[in-house]
Amino acid sequence: MASRLAALRDWFDARMPSVAEEWRKHAAEYYAPKNFNFWYYFGSLALLVLVIQIVSGIFLTMNYKPDANLAFGSVEYIMRDVPGGWIIRYVHSTGASAFFVIVYLHMFRALLYGSHREPRELVWIFGVLIYLTLMAEAFFGYLLPWGQMSYWGAQVIVNLFSTIPFIGPDLALWIRGDYVVSDATLNRFFALHVIAIPLVLLGLVAVHILALHDVGSNNPDGIEIKKKKDPQTGKPLDGIPFHPYYTVKDIVGAIVFLAIFCAVVFFVPEMGGYFLEHNNFIPADPLKTPPHIAPVWYFTPYYSILRAVPPMFNSQFPGVLAMGLAVLVLFFLPWLDRSPVKSIRYRGWLYKGWLAAFVVSFLMLGYLGTEPTTVWGQFGFDAFFLDTKDVATWAARFFTVVYFLFFLLMPWYTARDKTKPVPERVTM
Amino acid sequence: MLVAATSVAGAAATAGAAVPFVWSMWPSERARAAGAPVEVDVSRLAPGELLVVEWRGKPVWIIRRSKEMLDSLKAVTPRLTDPESRASVQPEYARNEARSLKPEFMVMEGVCTHLGCSPQLKPADAKAEMGADWLGGFYCPCHGSKFDYAGRVFKGAPAPLNLPVPPHTYLSDAVLLIGEDRKKGA
Repeated sequence: MASRLAALRDWFDARMPSVAEEWRKHAAEYYAPKNFNFWYYFGSLALLVLVIQIVSGIFLTMNYKPDANLAFGSVEYIMRDVPGGWIIRYVHSTGASAFFVIVYLHMFRALLYGSHREPRELVWIFGVLIYLTLMAEAFFGYLLPWGQMSYWGAQVIVNLFSTIPFIGPDLALWIRGDYVVSDATLNRFFALHVIAIPLVLLGLVAVHILALHDVGSNNPDGIEIKKKKDPQTGKPLDGIPFHPYYTVKDIVGAIVFLAIFCAVVFFVPEMGGYFLEHNNFIPADPLKTPPHIAPVWYFTPYYSILRAVPPMFNSQFPGVLAMGLAVLVLFFLPWLDRSPVKSIRYRGWLYKGWLAAFVVSFLMLGYLGTEPTTVWGQFGFDAFFLDTKDVATWAARFFTVVYFLFFLLMPWYTARDKTKPVPERVTM
Repeated sequence: MLVAATSVAGAAATAGAAVPFVWSMWPSERARAAGAPVEVDVSRLAPGELLVVEWRGKPVWIIRRSKEMLDSLKAVTPRLTDPESRASVQPEYARNEARSLKPEFMVMEGVCTHLGCSPQLKPADAKAEMGADWLGGFYCPCHGSKFDYAGRVFKGAPAPLNLPVPPHTYLSDAVLLIGEDRKKGA
């Protein structure tokens, strides 16, 4: 039996050697640093969630109807009448939130260990593109259940484009395909969500990994393992083959992740209104906005920034611009960071302090975005500069400033920071 | 030379091929034709009552304003962004203090000029929620913009302009036509 299998493998290998070659290049002989820690699980977990989303998505389309009159009912049909339909839908909705949790942690890892720095700028840029594409995918998908939050969320986001000077109103009309969010909008968002954006996403994931494997993985020490090679074999002294070492390690991560994931799917699929918002269980009503609307949690930091910026020159475009820049500034990160070291282990207090301030700001903006602007009450006094008395709006403005200063001052404070000497070889 | 010319021609052809796809995403003829005017009987509206009708898929409000509501318009003027509706959208005949053809009836699109949510009626007795100086008007739940009974936006709100007034006319004392300025045949 074993020899038969080996013969089959040899037969295949003689006709298509590139499969074994790619396997060696990207797994069996891809040398990754031996000192990966907890933070290095999230790349493979993101890939796992991508697969979960594609598979559960395919099965959802078998019963979903992209029609304004039928969409809401078809989702309820999946939940109540389709055998196992509720599991598939909760897996897909929980998967969307899990994807963002993982991607945020994966990006934070880069900030910790300098994984965006030279020579990995392209890896980072493709990563930011994946993040943008993922946001588009999540946004298009959120309209499909055709609930109140679907409808009004889409209304607000599409109107963001209408604030762009000159071309805005026509652009928004073109995106909607109608004068309001309607059946035409739902139909095209479905097309974008199930085929167009996923194809782009898969392509970007492929180039992200290819770019990474060309330069090799970074590690918690932020030093290049390719600089110290075994003179006999030419292999990095601090590298170990991705397979079997990291494939096995990542399976452990996947099992822990899936345990948490299943707990959410089976016990708290709505996550108290954060993963699936309460108002989305009411069918879309174009004549009535729900009393409190907020986007799903993964968009709320940017939503807070949008809300915090006051209108200028009779236009709400400055807020939209600030929100857009908050994401686009990420592209420039590899060049904003001037530190001689990559990893936080060898950086000084300046970077650590700014990174902490950034994380607090991001989380606070995220929290404030889920709440109405009146959540922290109003100032008890009046002053000429107080265009609004809502305390939460002023807090959001403060955190928005910190968010941008983290990036804009980075060239200055990373160059000035006191760094520690970096070791020659990786430490465990 | 030949390679460059072929590349340019190929790029032009690819761009040209994208045209029908981009074009197909504009509103269809059916969507364009759906904007027919709407007739509304306003005679049964009680003072202070709000009626919501659908026109071009958008909510249009007709509110019958009482004496106090009309008086509140003058009182709030200093707190407004665009009290005289200079930059805002309305037909010429509604560019007046009450922003209406007949002061008693206010007709406006119930769509916030910030990002398109539909604000809610908050009468003067909602002071507990809206603040002690609230004289009644509308509040947008999405981003907290406030409007008076003529749809004029208060300062300090994210909305830049007053609520738009759609073209409208009265076919008789009781019947309002939304979506057209002139009586049929006139």
